[in-house]
Amino acid sequence: MVTDNKPNLVTVNIDGVEHQLPAGANLVDALASVGKEVPHYCYHPKLSVAGNCRMCLVELGSPLRDRATGEVVMENGKPKVGWQPKPAIACASTVTPGLHIRLDSPAVKSCREGVTELLLINHPLDCPICDQAGECKLQEYSAQYGRGYSRYIDEKNAKPKRTRLGPRVTLDDERCILCSRCVRFCNEVAGDPVLGFVNRGSYNTLTCYPGRELANNYSLNTVDICPVGALTSTDFRFRMRVWFLKQTPSVDTESSAGVNTTVWSREGKVHRVTPRRNDAVNETWMADSGRELFKSGESADRLRAARIRGAEADLGAALALAAEILRAGPLAIVGSGHQSLEEQRLLARLAKAAGARTYVPARRGAGDGLLVSEDRTPNFRGALLAGLTDREADRDLAALRAEIETGRVRSLLVCREEVASLGLDAATLAKVRLVTLGTHLDAASAAAEVALPGLTVFERSGHFVNCQFRLQSFLQAIPGPAGARPDAEILGRLLGAVEGRAVAFDAGAVWQELAASQPALAGLAAGRVPAEGVLLDGSAWRHLPFPERKLLKFAAQA
Amino acid sequence: MPAQERPLIYANLRRPGYTVDIDCYLRHGGYEALRKAVATKPEDVCKEVETSGLRGRGGAGFPTGMKWKFLDRKSGKPAYLVVNADESEPGTYKDRQIIYKDPHQMLEGIAITAWAIQARQAFIYIRGEFQHGAKILRRAIEEAKARGFLGSNILGSGYSCEVVVHRGGGCYVCGEETGLIESLEGKRGYPRIKPPYFPAVLGLYNCPTIVNNAETLAQVRHVLAMGGAEFAKIGIPGDSGTHIWGVSGLVKRPGLYEIEAGKATFGELLYDLCGGPLDGRAFKAIIPGGSSTKILRFGERFKGKRPDGTEFDWALEDIPLDANSIAACGTGLGTGGTIVLDDSVEMIQALSNLNAFYAHETCGQCTPCREGSLWLSRVSRRIVGGGGREEDVPMLLDIANQVAGRTICAHGEAVAWPVQSAVPKFKDEYLESIRRRRRGETAGGPTLI
Repeated sequence: MVTDNKPNLVTVNIDGVEHQLPAGANLVDALASVGKEVPHYCYHPKLSVAGNCRMCLVELGSPLRDRATGEVVMENGKPKVGWQPKPAIACASTVTPGLHIRLDSPAVKSCREGVTELLLINHPLDCPICDQAGECKLQEYSAQYGRGYSRYIDEKNAKPKRTRLGPRVTLDDERCILCSRCVRFCNEVAGDPVLGFVNRGSYNTLTCYPGRELANNYSLNTVDICPVGALTSTDFRFRMRVWFLKQTPSVDTESSAGVNTTVWSREGKVHRVTPRRNDAVNETWMADSGRELFKSGESADRLRAARIRGAEADLGAALALAAEILRAGPLAIVGSGHQSLEEQRLLARLAKAAGARTYVPARRGAGDGLLVSEDRTPNFRGALLAGLTDREADRDLAALRAEIETGRVRSLLVCREEVASLGLDAATLAKVRLVTLGTHLDAASAAAEVALPGLTVFERSGHFVNCQFRLQSFLQAIPGPAGARPDAEILGRLLGAVEGRAVAFDAGAVWQELAASQPALAGLAAGRVPAEGVLLDGSAWRHLPFPERKLLKFAAQA
Repeated sequence: MPAQERPLIYANLRRPGYTVDIDCYLRHGGYEALRKAVATKPEDVCKEVETSGLRGRGGAGFPTGMKWKFLDRKSGKPAYLVVNADESEPGTYKDRQIIYKDPHQMLEGIAITAWAIQARQAFIYIRGEFQHGAKILRRAIEEAKARGFLGSNILGSGYSCEVVVHRGGGCYVCGEETGLIESLEGKRGYPRIKPPYFPAVLGLYNCPTIVNNAETLAQVRHVLAMGGAEFAKIGIPGDSGTHIWGVSGLVKRPGLYEIEAGKATFGELLYDLCGGPLDGRAFKAIIPGGSSTKILRFGERFKGKRPDGTEFDWALEDIPLDANSIAACGTGLGTGGTIVLDDSVEMIQALSNLNAFYAHETCGQCTPCREGSLWLSRVSRRIVGGGGREEDVPMLLDIANQVAGRTICAHGEAVAWPVQSAVPKFKDEYLESIRRRRRGETAGGPTLI
């Protein structure tokens, strides 16, 4: 990731080879940056250091200095190294000039082998029925650093096997290695200190405080960071082997925070959504509420095919009728912060070509100060960049309603918005020729002359711009319903019909036009947005009263 | 000349009719050292302690004056004094005598130390089982405050220091100084990682903190009373003052013996002062300084070099009773709680007993100690139960080697050292026990009287 301050690099010696590492950096992270893995369970880059698993023990040394003169002691032309008598945990060590590190010595190997053996003696070894299998640190390190056989013949500890910690998290205490990551997460990030250990020694047991439960909206992060199969998602538990799942980078659509996600899917079905690390946005966290959004894509009211006056119809016929309605006018357009930047641009061009006034409704909720913001759409900033709107999001559609009631608007295109709740009731909608584009059946699409099926965020690719004005891409994880086309294609074909010429709607063409028309996007192209996103210049819209106040990595400017 | 006691810490409490009230203490020169201290600059009090060569009495034997020097005085944060009166090392019962019989001696040492490090608040973390001791201390603190020895404006100096007695919850690892600090803060007694949590820099409430053993503070009182240089004349160079030997186990006269450092040997302690083995028995081994120090076997020869270069070749009976000599024999003076085992003891039972203790008392925070201690306990218990295998003996040693030196706190060493020392020294006996017990023959327990 690009950083402005260049780190102060110092020379350290790793197993006899010199490397340049940033001074003061955590040793586990610094070593990882040069491809040296230090196995660890309890250390997490975004939590305080606990130092309890002892898996990251390494040998450390530093150049000896003469006590009298303070000079570095030389030996055979090289600084003499004073090795610490005991191994040290890398997670609580930092990079210092001249540091010597042994990662490959017999002592370090013995430490890892010892810790692995000790962690396994009271572990149930139930990998075949454990959800974590395939993404389990204990499993991986045991294979990599363990003995391969057990010397343990005595009885194992018995602990609770299926503890309901909260509505979404189930705990298997026998698998727990007591690394305390979940405890620290709840204390330090979620601000909901409900987890802790009871009992003593090897009988230590993770539990919830009496009378409380792990119910905060970030509880599933404990499942993500659990290095073993102790904390499991009640929803995902026993559903699918993780190695069968395809991972697709995506962005959470529940708010303008723009949380980076990984969508785990198999054979056209999403099985879970987990956070993807982006230190500039969500670090490694994600709200629970965003993880269940994929389920609505499979709901019974999903619009799976085009409809003309309520009856399923061929998409081509529906598009032809829709184009006729749009051309008939006078047209108004309701766009959405749920549309991708590309879709918003095509819609903005459509509005311009048809001379239509555009509306982007506001979808607001309480912000939690972490990763759920007050703006509950992922891409309102995109609507500004695309030129779909140039004002604050519309709290209601009273103005549009008045236009309809007075007959100044006779055709209406509604994209990805449920407008009944915004003041456009059935009586009002009955007065216009209505075209909708959306993923689900609602009052408007049921009453529409043409209802066009849209794709969910998991079924199409595109870009969102979050509240930081950070441009981030999401990729298609699963195919949409049979016969459905991407929203951009539908909008592109409608635009072509209105303009009376073929319009290119592929990402490359849309981006070419976007980059040329929007200074903030100059120089960008489809497929060129890096994983951590691109921070855009949003100063042109600074005067707008955005609702977001404070998030994990965002603070409203005063 | 037979070995003699030299009561210093126990001088008062051994007097017939000596009581815990402050008047009795004052009649015997009490709080005179404090009067001297507050008339001296704090840094000069620290110097006196450094000159005295006093070493901590909590087990590690770290020089007290040097420990005080490490206190971070530049942070601008308040400094705290924490008194470790958790005395929970098996075989150790020396601090209890001070607390129960001469509490003001320790309180005077606390006031002096608090003055020296300019702490405005001191905490006495007392072992939870010392319920009555806590009452005695609280009463003594009230008495001392009423007379101006503690609390606000101590002896009119303008300096104030409050002392609070905090009872522990009955946990061995809360005697480890950072575990103690966590417990004092109201948390689980999980020892902290060092670095960064060195108490002198990031101690109680992340403020600079000095943690001293209860007896160490009583010794400090005598350092100030007689002056550092004079104190240094007691004992030998490198280990000054007196050591209180708490002898327990299979010996004729178990008890507490206060001896000048280095001025007697284990032989003199065990035969002259303690009266030797019980009739018809022979000594087999001792655990010299609390259960976590390494075991010494009678009949062993200890060879090596002293710091001055002279060579030594000692039998167990010849080892001088000072920290350096005992350390040179591969073990430690520890707390001076010597546990004596005689030929009626089957060593696997003793080991199983120790292993059970450490498995019960490990806090469970870090992997090697948490799992290793229970494994050791289960193996040794299995051997005692007749299910031992010959390969268990080297395995015990191997498990211990996986624990020592790899843990957050010294409990890892405490778990490992009994095994690491006893297995090589009593290997043949362990193998014999395994074979015999597999055949269903038990030796019966040790005969105590």
